[in-house]
Amino acid sequence: MNDFNQRHIEIAAISVDSTENSRKLSQAKGYTFPVLSDPNADVIRRYGLLHPKGGEDGQDIARPAEILIDATGTIRWENLTDDLRVRARPGQVLEAFDSSIGK
Amino acid sequence: MKRRHNILLWAGFVLVLLAVGTYIPIFAVYAATRDVPWVNYLLFAAGGVLLVLGLRRAFGQPKLYRGKVLGSILAGLSVLLFALFCFVIFYISKAIPASETAVRVGQSAPDFTLANWDGKQVSLSDAVQNNRAVVLIFYRGYW
Repeated sequence: MNDFNQRHIEIAAISVDSTENSRKLSQAKGYTFPVLSDPNADVIRRYGLLHPKGGEDGQDIARPAEILIDATGTIRWENLTDDLRVRARPGQVLEAFDSSIGK
Repeated sequence: MKRRHNILLWAGFVLVLLAVGTYIPIFAVYAATRDVPWVNYLLFAAGGVLLVLGLRRAFGQPKLYRGKVLGSILAGLSVLLFALFCFVIFYISKAIPASETAVRVGQSAPDFTLANWDGKQVSLSDAVQNNRAVVLIFYRGYW
């Protein structure tokens, strides 16, 4: 988290969970970044990251992804895993920032 | 003469149970043991070796050791548990749609405003303006 703060990188998570569920998750895990609610998956859909009927009860949810956006709003790096257990490690994101946007 | 308990069978089965049970609460938490669950594979392997040794002496020295029936049941259960583990790791875990539709590097990120769990509205354009970069993490949700 410190490495991200030092570089002025903001982190935000997005899921279809309600604000109430995101609050529970954030407080349980001690997240210091925003966990945003996209209950109808509108933003998820706009990013092309919909996993139709991927939820436990057949809801539309997001596929896992990490996206790095620079100060002009341009996507500079992304990680579209093909395995939901295997997410980007913080070091990978920092490396992507350092090599594309700079220290 | 009373036949001896075949402790290897139980020890092997306990290792197999540990191999299944420790992944989510312990080893999936750390990327180094999560992406390739090698610790759990090792536990399965060790459990398998003990079960094979236990079965060998149950069937090879039946007058000395117990465990022909019980050992076969435990070994069968262990094979099932290993198969289940592999099914989750190699199939369930990869059951996500292809990424062809996703936004691409070089495109501009679609702006949005969404509510944080504390009720505050967060917009991408603000976040982008106030930082050098923004990392969006998309979660599947439904914890």
